[in-house]
Amino acid sequence: MSTLSKLSRRRFLELTGVSATGLLLGAAVSPASRAMDVLATATGERLNLFVSLRADGAVEIVAHRSEMGTGIRTSLPQVVADEMEADWSRVRVIQALGDAAYGSQNTDGSRSVRNFYATMRQMGAAARRMLEQAAADTWRAPLAECRARNHEVHHADGRRLGFGELAARAAALPLPGLDDLPLKGREDFRYIGRNVPIVDLHDMTTGNTTYGIDVALPDMVYASIERTPHLGGRIAAYDAAAARKVAGVLDVVELQGPEGPPAFNNVEGLAVIASNTWSAIKGREALAVQWRPSPHSDHDSAAYLDALQARVSGGPGRVARERGDVERALGDADQVLEASYRTPYLAHAPMEPPATLARVDGGRCEVWACTQNPQATQAAVASALGVDKAAVTVHVTLLGGGFGRKSKPDFSVEAARLAAHVGRPVQLTWTREDDVRHDYYHACSAMYFRGALDGDGRATAWLARQATPAIGATFDPAVTRLEDGWLSQTFGSVPFATPNLRIESHEAPAHVRIGWLRSVYNIPFAFGVCSFVDELAHAAGRDPAQYWQEMIGDDRHLDFAPEGFEFSNYGRAIAEYPYDTGRMKAVLRQLVANIPWGETLPEGQGWGLAVTRSFLSYVAVASKVRVDGDTLVVEELHGVIDAGTVVNPDRVHAQLEGGMVFGLSLALNGEITFADGAARQSNFHDYPVARLNQVPRVIRTHIVDSEALPAGVGEPGVPPTAPSIANAVFAATGQRIRELPLARHFDV
Amino acid sequence: MKLKINGRTHEVDAEPDMPLLWVLRDLLGLKGTKFGCGKALCGACTVHFNGSATRSCQLPVSAAAEGEVVTIEGLSADGNHPVQVAWRARNVPQCGYCQSGQIMAASALLARNANPGDDEIDAAMSGNICRCGTYPRIRAALRDAARATSEARAGEGEA
Ligand code: FES
Ligand code: FES
Repeated sequence: MSTLSKLSRRRFLELTGVSATGLLLGAAVSPASRAMDVLATATGERLNLFVSLRADGAVEIVAHRSEMGTGIRTSLPQVVADEMEADWSRVRVIQALGDAAYGSQNTDGSRSVRNFYATMRQMGAAARRMLEQAAADTWRAPLAECRARNHEVHHADGRRLGFGELAARAAALPLPGLDDLPLKGREDFRYIGRNVPIVDLHDMTTGNTTYGIDVALPDMVYASIERTPHLGGRIAAYDAAAARKVAGVLDVVELQGPEGPPAFNNVEGLAVIASNTWSAIKGREALAVQWRPSPHSDHDSAAYLDALQARVSGGPGRVARERGDVERALGDADQVLEASYRTPYLAHAPMEPPATLARVDGGRCEVWACTQNPQATQAAVASALGVDKAAVTVHVTLLGGGFGRKSKPDFSVEAARLAAHVGRPVQLTWTREDDVRHDYYHACSAMYFRGALDGDGRATAWLARQATPAIGATFDPAVTRLEDGWLSQTFGSVPFATPNLRIESHEAPAHVRIGWLRSVYNIPFAFGVCSFVDELAHAAGRDPAQYWQEMIGDDRHLDFAPEGFEFSNYGRAIAEYPYDTGRMKAVLRQLVANIPWGETLPEGQGWGLAVTRSFLSYVAVASKVRVDGDTLVVEELHGVIDAGTVVNPDRVHAQLEGGMVFGLSLALNGEITFADGAARQSNFHDYPVARLNQVPRVIRTHIVDSEALPAGVGEPGVPPTAPSIANAVFAATGQRIRELPLARHFDV
Repeated sequence: MKLKINGRTHEVDAEPDMPLLWVLRDLLGLKGTKFGCGKALCGACTVHFNGSATRSCQLPVSAAAEGEVVTIEGLSADGNHPVQVAWRARNVPQCGYCQSGQIMAASALLARNANPGDDEIDAAMSGNICRCGTYPRIRAALRDAARATSEARAGEGEA
């Protein structure tokens, strides 16, 4: 059910921070879905998205989602422009402020297009209808004879009026109901499905961009913060005088950490305020802070993972999903395989570290931030300052990468608190060391699998257990285990037709801030699941690609309910977005068709593959590797994605390329370890991320042509990549990699 | 202290050990040059110093004063350096944050080697991290730019 409401110009101004004249449309639709993540903001989400049209014909379209590299500032307005019949060259994109009126602006979970595609089309169609009506009124002609086409309305007899000429008249019209608005047919799409270059392309190649780190105000000062190395630490002692002696240093400010769970609060720290970033960083080095211990200050990640590993291989955990009788099938099996896998903590390391400018003035606060979630920023800053949300304005800059890190507003809370204290605008820039040492880390994981094969090599039982710290623990320390919601990410939702199956979850209390990173729990779980399928295939003496098809079984829509599993399906109804094994098998077949799968390779070379469904998309990835002594080289990466309807194919290719490179990066090098509660890595020398020379010279991507509902694109390329590489290593060498990263086993 | 940046002379008042990066960004408001690591590990801060790709986070302003600095803002008058053109034709940027550094590194490479091979590209560009993973397109765009540069030079030779 949708309704359109007219927005006052003043309200438009409030929502975007720019003035507009002419036709203003606001679309309000009921909540698209229950958000699956712990961030879910207000229930009963409303979406308010805006089109304005100036008398000179310029169209302004509001982008309410954050641009962190997916191209979303282009793709969603591209949809509006298409349905509106606007000429793209006359469209300007305006970035929305953070405001609950838009519904969720939380740009994560790969859901911008899937949650807003329909709404954007309706918004565009509504604008088109009003312009056609305005022309009909002008000409005193029936509406049916007036058609909008490329920024003009044409009459059947050849008369035409430009959009700009119709702006005032259209703006005075009542708004049409959304539900009976005709939408364009696929064959009439002008921009949807086309490679429209991103609106920021020219600026990004000329340095004319503004990220969070770049915002400047005349009177501002710069801050850098020394934070507790272990979760929950408190300041014991420091040398403020030494810091103040550093040229350019203006002040040293204590920032108290939260009493309760970390949530979105700042961690305890000492800020150095200075006249430039460099002085602030140098001032920090002089502070010589000492920290009080906390219950987490003896966290040791190696011992922790050992303990989790012992737990999962030691016995049953809570049963999340069950079918048949796994124990009996294991007892009757011809062959039983068991294997333990583990994956480390990871840090996001977006190229632009967290950065914010905050100004607090007369009870009002204004923040400019590279945030994926401006409303969470608004709420967290308001709560930290003890003011009403309405008193906090959040401007969303470009994001120099996000990957989930910039969904957390802790860094804006820091800047706002400092600005309130100092009485001047404060630009806060995290150093890379801050970023790596104070992340909301991607969870480490220990997994254990047992599989049964019959005499023909068919899998008859699948038993899987994991122990993985929960994101929920960041908000509530009582959350010590993954439940079905997060297990829905690959581990619990395996599509296998094996007659007997059991999925279990073990305790794993958290000792660091756990967050979500590009594709979240699919990362460890795809590695475990897709590796173990490969193990079964080899144990059965079968071709892995063929074995995958058989493991998945018939084309069907999966129903998890009879097996006691509450499948979250990324927040969407299973009827709307079924788990379709046919589509999963099809991407795998397409992948195999795209590569010389099965070719005979020289010693030390091999192909591996993996397939996952994540964020409602189906992705299969194949890797070709060469192992030469201790050296591992990934020579090729191939990906196939079925993401349903795609708006901007070039950006989908780019996300799949980037997702696979991200997956390659974590597979080869990604590892954060902790000793004495503190992250032992600090910058790109000890937390390496993929560089050009590690990236295969052959990377190919393939988008399955589909008219299905749009699914996710930003994340799904990541999960299958690491297991495809590990499986290729096995094919090349016979060595099974059960622990990431590969740098633990090879020179990469 | 006098600095020559993008063909103009700027007077700055900075501690001599302050890296050029922060002088550009905080004192001169030239924000196109980015911070990514501060340790010569990522290339986000790459500028041309006397024509060579240089990590401005490691170049003290006192040393920078002895030469000529070109930043992304000064690479071309109209944004049409062959590398910039090639980058746009291939839609290289995702988040865009690393791209100033990538473009400065690539343009410095082409200035000294108009037709680099794959290994030379890897060697020259592996100091520049792109966390978004635009590497395949960086490679492709760099080859396009090299072709355009060579053709332009050949054209000049004939003229
Ligand atoms: S900021 Fe200079 S190399 Fe990373
Ligand atoms: S485009 Fe985002 S880091 Fe390179």
